[in-house]
Amino acid sequence: MELSFYLIQLLNGIQLGFLLFLIASGMTLVFGIMGIINLAHGSFYMVGAYLAYWVTSLTDNLLWGILLALPLLFLIGFLIEKLAISFLYHRDHLSQVLLTYGLILILSSLQIIFWGKEFHGIDIPSPLNGSIALTDHQNYPVYRLFISFICGLTAFGMYFVIQKTRLGMKIRAGSSNREMLRILGIDVNKLYSIVFSVGIVLAGFAGMLVFPLNAVYPGMEENILIMSFVVITLGGIGSIRGAFLSAMMIGILETFGGVFFPEISSFLVFGLMALVLMWRPQGLFGQFR
Amino acid sequence: MKTNFRIFLLIGILALLSAIPLLGSFYTQLFTRVLIWAIFAISLDLLVGYTGLISLGHAAFFGTGAYVLGMVFKNSPEINLLVALPLSLIGSALLALLIGAACLRTRGVYFIMLSLAFAQMLYFFAFQTNYLGGDDGIFLLGRPTMRIGTIELIDLSRSENIYIFVLTCLVLLLIFMNKLIASPFGKVLYGIKHNETRMRSLGYPVYRFKLISFIIAGTLGGLSGFLEASHSGYINPSFFYWHESGLVLVMVVLGGMGTFYGPVLGASLVILLENFLPDLFESSQLALGTIIVLIVLFMPRGLFGILQRKNI
Repeated sequence: MELSFYLIQLLNGIQLGFLLFLIASGMTLVFGIMGIINLAHGSFYMVGAYLAYWVTSLTDNLLWGILLALPLLFLIGFLIEKLAISFLYHRDHLSQVLLTYGLILILSSLQIIFWGKEFHGIDIPSPLNGSIALTDHQNYPVYRLFISFICGLTAFGMYFVIQKTRLGMKIRAGSSNREMLRILGIDVNKLYSIVFSVGIVLAGFAGMLVFPLNAVYPGMEENILIMSFVVITLGGIGSIRGAFLSAMMIGILETFGGVFFPEISSFLVFGLMALVLMWRPQGLFGQFR
Repeated sequence: MKTNFRIFLLIGILALLSAIPLLGSFYTQLFTRVLIWAIFAISLDLLVGYTGLISLGHAAFFGTGAYVLGMVFKNSPEINLLVALPLSLIGSALLALLIGAACLRTRGVYFIMLSLAFAQMLYFFAFQTNYLGGDDGIFLLGRPTMRIGTIELIDLSRSENIYIFVLTCLVLLLIFMNKLIASPFGKVLYGIKHNETRMRSLGYPVYRFKLISFIIAGTLGGLSGFLEASHSGYINPSFFYWHESGLVLVMVVLGGMGTFYGPVLGASLVILLENFLPDLFESSQLALGTIIVLIVLFMPRGLFGILQRKNI
């Protein structure tokens, strides 16, 4: 096998890692700041993809599709936080797991009711639908590079917001001591709403970026859902840094595993998680709380 | 007076349940499923309701109980109940020992996620292993039977027989659970659930108690998987899937965790809804999801909690 083959796998792995990071970062933030474990977080990957597909098919333009779907998704996240999640702040993990499991069922059946069971794809718009020649007979699609680029940009944007802005300061304060934040007179409920909705938007954005490549279909979120659990647990729940590191590890492991050990590929990811948790029961960068 | 009423209620319910086979094979099979899931839910309730461990991977044992039966008796039309059942239970117990030993090193959300991960690992293992039938699963050629010489004592190939067998298992299990919870062991579990740190400082080996509870729950989960495989004769990887784990957790909480009838009530409700809702609604999943959300928001103690408040 040639070097370019490994390069292609590496690029695919990084792209998957970035996507997983977009999904897992919101989930891990919501846990770190609000103490809520949201199993349904990955479902919004599917919701985002379907919303973008829907708006794109109405406006005939992928860019508009994504730009209009993002605020729509924010609104959905906001409503769900107000109507359901906000009742869970003082409840145990069991209630949270159950309610959000119910949300998974609701979201996946709403998808079938609104959009049916068919596959829907769109064409990748013209400047992005080409491919780059790596060798004489191996090409790499531009759109995949574009996904990684946009995800990287988003991750950098998140870093900037969290480290350099006032909102980021509140988020960091909230994840280390929630009660103190409230005592200092910060509107915690507003902060929770924003963090939850932005997390939902990030997960949905991942779906919006991917769907031109893979189409939208029922159950598209199943695998991503479980993978995002693995990513946040492995990285240490509540840690963005941990989520980034483990998303990249999982993305690359899953891609290379799928190529070299197809029989045990899905096994590898869970095996890695189990091994890491034997060694560090609280994940790479996490703390028990 | 009140205990008398309870005993009458129990006998009445039992009599009604024993009469189900008279309604024909559709209801017999439906209620066999209800009772099997009730056993599965009770086994999880030992963890969730009595030990305070939230497992999102209990399907690992449901699947193992079924797959051990399928693996050992893959090509034989004769299945000896006295060999098959203990093998399934031992297999599930050993697996529970391994998974429990690993998962119990962590706690909180990590425990939830790690238990889920192990069940998913088994799902993919069953899915990708040809020996286990891959995604096609395994069809049993026969059903478990028990005979002495030439006299057939139990033959699970007839739907009335398996129904009665499952009902007997459920009644024995309820009696066993009642004794277990009332025993000193059960009291220690209660202590661990409510204040683990205090139990530890009192000198109880908390890890060991939790592990034993996990193994009992896993073995009983294996029993329900064995029964399901004997009932349907078909075993496939979805036995391990995390939706099964989620569904059984829903049953436990819906009925009322840590209560005597709760899991049975929850299992009955979910299976019956699943069966009859598609006629009423577009999608039974939507209804089930909505019910779960409403229950969590408005009835944190489950259905049995409401009955208890009314003093029945």
